[in-house]
Amino acid sequence: MTSTHVPTVRILVTIWAVLVVLTWTTVTVSHIELGPWNVVVALVIAVIKASCVGWIFMGVRFTSPLTKLFVVAGLVWLTIMILITTSDYATRRWDYHAQPWANTKDNGPATAP
Amino acid sequence: MADALTTTTAHTDLEVAAATNLRHHFATPQQQFDSAMLGMWTFLITEVLFFGGMFTSYVVYRSIYPEAFASTSQYMNVALGGTNTAVLICSSLSMAMAVRSAQLSKYRAVVISLILTMIFGTTFLVIKYFEYHDKWVEGLVPGLKFDVAHYHAPQWAHQAQILFFLYFAMTGMHALHMIVGLGLLTYLLVMAVRRRFNSAYYTPVEMIGLYWHFVDIVWIFLFPLLYLIGDRG
Amino acid sequence: MATLAQIHGTPEAGEEVNYLNVEHGWKSWLFTTDHKRIAVLYIISITLMFFVGGAMAVLFRIHLLSPEGLFPPEIYNRLFSMHGIVMVFFFLVPSIPATLANFLIPIMIGAKDLAFPRINLLSWYIYIVGALFTLYAVIRGGVDTGWTFYAPYSSTYSNSYVLAAAFGIFIAGFSSILTGLNFIVTVHKMRAPGMTWSRLPLFVWSNYATGLIQVLGTPVIAITLLLLAFERIARVGIFDPNIGGDPILFQHLFWFYSHPAVYIMILPGMGVISEIVSCFSHKRVFGYNFVAFSSMAIAVLSFVVWGHHMFVTGESMYASITFSVLSMMVAVPSAIKVFNWTATMYKGSVSFDTPMLYAFGFIGLFTIGGLTGLYLATLATDIATHGTYFVVAHFHYVMVGGMVMAFMGGLHFWWPKITGRMYSEPWSKFSALLVFAGFNLTFFPQFILGYLGMPRRYATYPPEFQVLNVLSTAGASILGLGYVIPMIYFFHSLKYGPKAGPNPWEAKGLEWTTQSPPTTFNFDVTPVVMEEAYNYGPVEEIVG
Repeated sequence: MTSTHVPTVRILVTIWAVLVVLTWTTVTVSHIELGPWNVVVALVIAVIKASCVGWIFMGVRFTSPLTKLFVVAGLVWLTIMILITTSDYATRRWDYHAQPWANTKDNGPATAP
Repeated sequence: MADALTTTTAHTDLEVAAATNLRHHFATPQQQFDSAMLGMWTFLITEVLFFGGMFTSYVVYRSIYPEAFASTSQYMNVALGGTNTAVLICSSLSMAMAVRSAQLSKYRAVVISLILTMIFGTTFLVIKYFEYHDKWVEGLVPGLKFDVAHYHAPQWAHQAQILFFLYFAMTGMHALHMIVGLGLLTYLLVMAVRRRFNSAYYTPVEMIGLYWHFVDIVWIFLFPLLYLIGDRG
Repeated sequence: MATLAQIHGTPEAGEEVNYLNVEHGWKSWLFTTDHKRIAVLYIISITLMFFVGGAMAVLFRIHLLSPEGLFPPEIYNRLFSMHGIVMVFFFLVPSIPATLANFLIPIMIGAKDLAFPRINLLSWYIYIVGALFTLYAVIRGGVDTGWTFYAPYSSTYSNSYVLAAAFGIFIAGFSSILTGLNFIVTVHKMRAPGMTWSRLPLFVWSNYATGLIQVLGTPVIAITLLLLAFERIARVGIFDPNIGGDPILFQHLFWFYSHPAVYIMILPGMGVISEIVSCFSHKRVFGYNFVAFSSMAIAVLSFVVWGHHMFVTGESMYASITFSVLSMMVAVPSAIKVFNWTATMYKGSVSFDTPMLYAFGFIGLFTIGGLTGLYLATLATDIATHGTYFVVAHFHYVMVGGMVMAFMGGLHFWWPKITGRMYSEPWSKFSALLVFAGFNLTFFPQFILGYLGMPRRYATYPPEFQVLNVLSTAGASILGLGYVIPMIYFFHSLKYGPKAGPNPWEAKGLEWTTQSPPTTFNFDVTPVVMEEAYNYGPVEEIVG
């Protein structure tokens, strides 16, 4: 297995440090009120962290184009599932918040006979 | 085995096969390694979509019940969640070190790295246990013990159950993967103590490493989604 | 499986060693990692499940002979639900991939085995465990939710054995994932020298596409059923409308797998038909690249059309329109395949052996099934036909008229390779005709019933529908006979059938270059592929 890449300790520790700093950052930023931007910042940081783990720790960077294609395909399919499903909810005609029955029942769900 | 490989000049194909655990239906160790890696990545894709079902549900309910979602965030312990994130990142580093050490035939380093990874993994689960325990005490476990009457935002008590259900489903499934991972690491540790892994054969370390990093990535998304982006003011 | 080994016995002097007679005893079968033996194990298991599911069909077809029905409605509900569950998850999904493809893919690409032989065996054991869970549910009284398990009925209200059946499907799903994963890696990494992607048999292409769907879709049904099971156990969950949950989300997640799953069921069948049509027309498949890529196109498109099962739920109108348009796009790659099969036959030297009869049946019935799918993909007509027998007839034309015909065709085509024996030619032709006639008599009346408005899944019906229902039941008995006869002559052939020789059909492809049955490692020497697939003689010169 001569073709396999052996990462240096330096790069591994660097990535680890980046991940720790980003974790600290995302926790700190979450305490600042940014409105809808809180979500965006948290997700962007999460994507960067996940990319660091995938790209270096999992070694996607050093793998074949085929493996990269598989990784991308997995993410694309996840996106298909989330996007198409939520697009249904985003374009429905009724508003879930306006359902009074959901809030008036004081007991839990109905149980089966 | 590795010594035999380097010192013996006229080793037979059979010896190579034994040193690299080459199975009969593969032509070369390289083909076997590539197949194992591709299989592992394919398996991880199935895992992405497995968790994807829950992430989809999360996105749907968070988008249609934003206020109920916000009402759950005050019960999420960011300190413990953040600590756990750091713990998992450390375990990923030690796992990456284990793979690297195996690639370089550093037997002792493999064992030490694996033990460190297992310690970090166990720490994560212990902290997770305390979080679950708090939820139980506060009556926030849907189905088993959910205190609708005393929920601080009574108008969202019902929908909050959905979000707590998702919290337990997602973190629970993640924790289950951690437990499976610890089992796999135990297997690796036994093999590593027996010096089975070297620069010619380290496929299991690399494969289980990929799994471990994947579980880490799931948590990297769970942490902000469940703990950070609610109504934190 | 013991039967096979006993019939073949120990290799006598002069008899060649093959995968069947190389080892004996039940251990040599239950602990085998040989993909061919695992395929045989799968053939036996899925045949058993096919007859379990078929028995349910017999019972409810008898029930439907009279308008008031034979059984109480709750029994009828369980019969059709278990029929669907057993047939879909334990016969159709594994049917061709786990049997014929498991047997043939390594041989077709010139490999000694699949990439992960032990995982292959594991997948069979997982399948058995899943099947046992489901059979337990059957024995205890069955499930009455329909095979779709729609929440909240399945999660909260049904008092049938939902958990056992759901766990059975959950478990069997992993068997399906492992099979797909094995195929994907095998096709990528195990091809013989010279076996380029453009030389792969189309059967391999279609099973590769199937593998992608299995790997990308099945995990979603796993987590969905798991959430459903939690919800049923904890009595609260995310699909529960009492606390604001949305049951339609269950349908989204369910159909994200289950719509692609119908392509898991049909794509391998299309691969079989490509092989058969080419062989019995003695001609290269017309437009090889188009047929190969249409498999991939179907695999990709299958993941963006699932909402067409939900037009009459509370799904957004805009989502429905999008899903409707996308669904119609699937017709394009499907039609490419049908046209290319017919074009392959054009000016070919067509012979009418049994596999080809099944292929003819497939092409006609699949076309009807596919075109009626367009009716259902159209929003306006779906309002009228949704939940009627029109839908039942449509998917049986695709699943039974398509997949089961292809499975039978493939089994007849490769039976000489699998067992080394030929079966009775007149009997097999007779039963192929029976299956075709019986099938049409069973399901064509259901199109009319659906058009007239008879809803599916109802235990009783108005008396004016009785004639058509009686016709359908009569057809079902002919169909059943058509499935039983092959069992008899196949078993007969194991002992008394004439030796087939390596290539009884004079077909092209690596599987016909090795002996019948093959040896454990398929080839004595790893083959080197020098020519394109389907390189049949001079006929193709005329077409150019």
